[in-house]
Amino acid sequence: MLFALLFVVVVISLRMGTYPISVSEIVMTLFRGAFGHRDEIPSEFWLVVFGLRLPRIALGILVGAALSVAGAGFQALLRNPLADPYVLGVSSGAALGAILSLTFAPHVPGVIQLAAFIGAAATIASVYFLGRRGGQLDSATLLLAGIVAASFLSAMIMFLMTTLSGHELRGMAFWLMGDLSTPPPTPNVLEWLLFLFGVFAVAAGMIYATTSDLNLILTGEEEARHLGVNVRRVKLVVYISASVLTGLAVSVSGSIGYVGLLVPHVMRMIFGTDYRLLIPTSAIGGAIAIVLADTLARTVVAPTELPVGAMTALAGAPVFIYLMRRRVR
Amino acid sequence: MSAGAGNNSSMVSQPIPFREAAPPRLKAEQVSYAYSATDRSAPKFTLGPTTFEAQHREIVAILGPNASGKSTLLRLLAGLIKPLSGRVEVDGVEASELDLRMRAQRIALVQQESELLFPLRVWEYVLQGRYPYGKRLRFESDEDCLLAANALAQVGADELRDRWMDQLSGGEKQRVILARALSQQPSLLLLDEPTQHLDIGGKVELLRRLRRLADENRYTVVVVTHELNLAAEFSDRIVLLHKGKCLRVGSPAEVYEREVLEEVFEAPLEVETRPSGRPRVIVRSSH
Repeated sequence: MLFALLFVVVVISLRMGTYPISVSEIVMTLFRGAFGHRDEIPSEFWLVVFGLRLPRIALGILVGAALSVAGAGFQALLRNPLADPYVLGVSSGAALGAILSLTFAPHVPGVIQLAAFIGAAATIASVYFLGRRGGQLDSATLLLAGIVAASFLSAMIMFLMTTLSGHELRGMAFWLMGDLSTPPPTPNVLEWLLFLFGVFAVAAGMIYATTSDLNLILTGEEEARHLGVNVRRVKLVVYISASVLTGLAVSVSGSIGYVGLLVPHVMRMIFGTDYRLLIPTSAIGGAIAIVLADTLARTVVAPTELPVGAMTALAGAPVFIYLMRRRVR
Repeated sequence: MSAGAGNNSSMVSQPIPFREAAPPRLKAEQVSYAYSATDRSAPKFTLGPTTFEAQHREIVAILGPNASGKSTLLRLLAGLIKPLSGRVEVDGVEASELDLRMRAQRIALVQQESELLFPLRVWEYVLQGRYPYGKRLRFESDEDCLLAANALAQVGADELRDRWMDQLSGGEKQRVILARALSQQPSLLLLDEPTQHLDIGGKVELLRRLRRLADENRYTVVVVTHELNLAAEFSDRIVLLHKGKCLRVGSPAEVYEREVLEEVFEAPLEVETRPSGRPRVIVRSSH
């Protein structure tokens, strides 16, 4: 059902834009393209669908899925329902890592993802230790630590962006708000996408493999340990994988907020709290959310565009407040 | 599977503990523990050498005032912490040496409830007890569901199956937590102050249930509790702790001496012997 919804959203997203193209033409182009009949497609359709809109949608799917799985992972890891890569400052850490790698090693493939991962992992580790009080992870302290880390790292990013001119650093809005409009850094788009999706599959697969352990950790770490869960190992796996996913998403789209928070919660409301269902459904749900948000971002104020992060924040911030208030009560 | 654990044998309950020639189900031998905040600072809290045994179908009550080392002893028995000296054996195997899953198949620990992060149904909660038997990435098998259903039935909580955990009363929640432990099919059942949030009716009901589980299903049960009289009534063996030392081990009649209890609990107490032979503790009035 979710896959069907994703397909519909993709088609709608392909339909929307400056160049007019009808739904039937899109579906025909997609099928012909998928079955290798490229010569039967009008060349302008080919360019619009496969050259421009589809890569961007694919990127949206990747980013949405990665952020949502990372968010669900962080929520279990930190035992905090309000955890999310953006709120905890992990995205900002990844962005800082990415910017530094673009400054020092701008043309080495894969380095930006690695640097973003290191930035993400270092941030979550520091937020984790700052969020402890008397040896216990305190929910409110953790969120505060995340907010402080995020604003500090954002300031660092702004500082770097202002002083390091002349590098190919993209815009400040890209790193701070998230944006999918930047063209891919390489002419070989397909290969680039395959690399990104490969990394995603490995990291998300690692998290998926721990889902039955995560279910128990959510009921209590000590209880989980006593039911036979190797809590330390599971947490390490989730910590690394969620950081990889965040780094991956941020390296291609900047820090898009609230998706990792919102999507897992919506999926919990629909499918329940079992992580074995939550992780895959969050991945697809996140893909839908970002493709939808990006479609809106590039059409509501056409011919200019909003950054996609502005769209997700518009929807995400109120829901975050709602969840926080409901929890307090 | 270890002998008789978790199955519904139709054996009649026996008031007198059943002794067997086999090695004791649970054996704590000179077990001690020290805890310090850092490596260099002096140990903050210790449990002195403690020795006792428990057989199949026995209920052991660990008694003592607050901070006497009861929970530490229970965690040692559970194999959650490694003893500083001595050893804890369950069916002849050292508890802290067991692989995590193997241990969870033998020992179930019922702790004071922890806060649930996300709402969970009773049924899902009880199924968690099947985790040590589960395969990675698999959902629960029919057998798991059957055993979980049995566990719910054993605690008389079938009707709670579809309720949310956070909407249960104290007594209902206690029964569900116990059901999860039973679905682990353990041979040793450890409970940390299970009577804490229950009213007197709930306390009696819980201890009766434990007595029945021990008698009919050959569980060995260890309970940490503050309830002196309920412990005297339902348990076969008492371990009395005081300030991190094991003062007495024995049957309720052997352990319940006025002077000892008065010293440990720092209250004027009196011990009577009931017609059943079991002792009863009452507070001595000052007049």
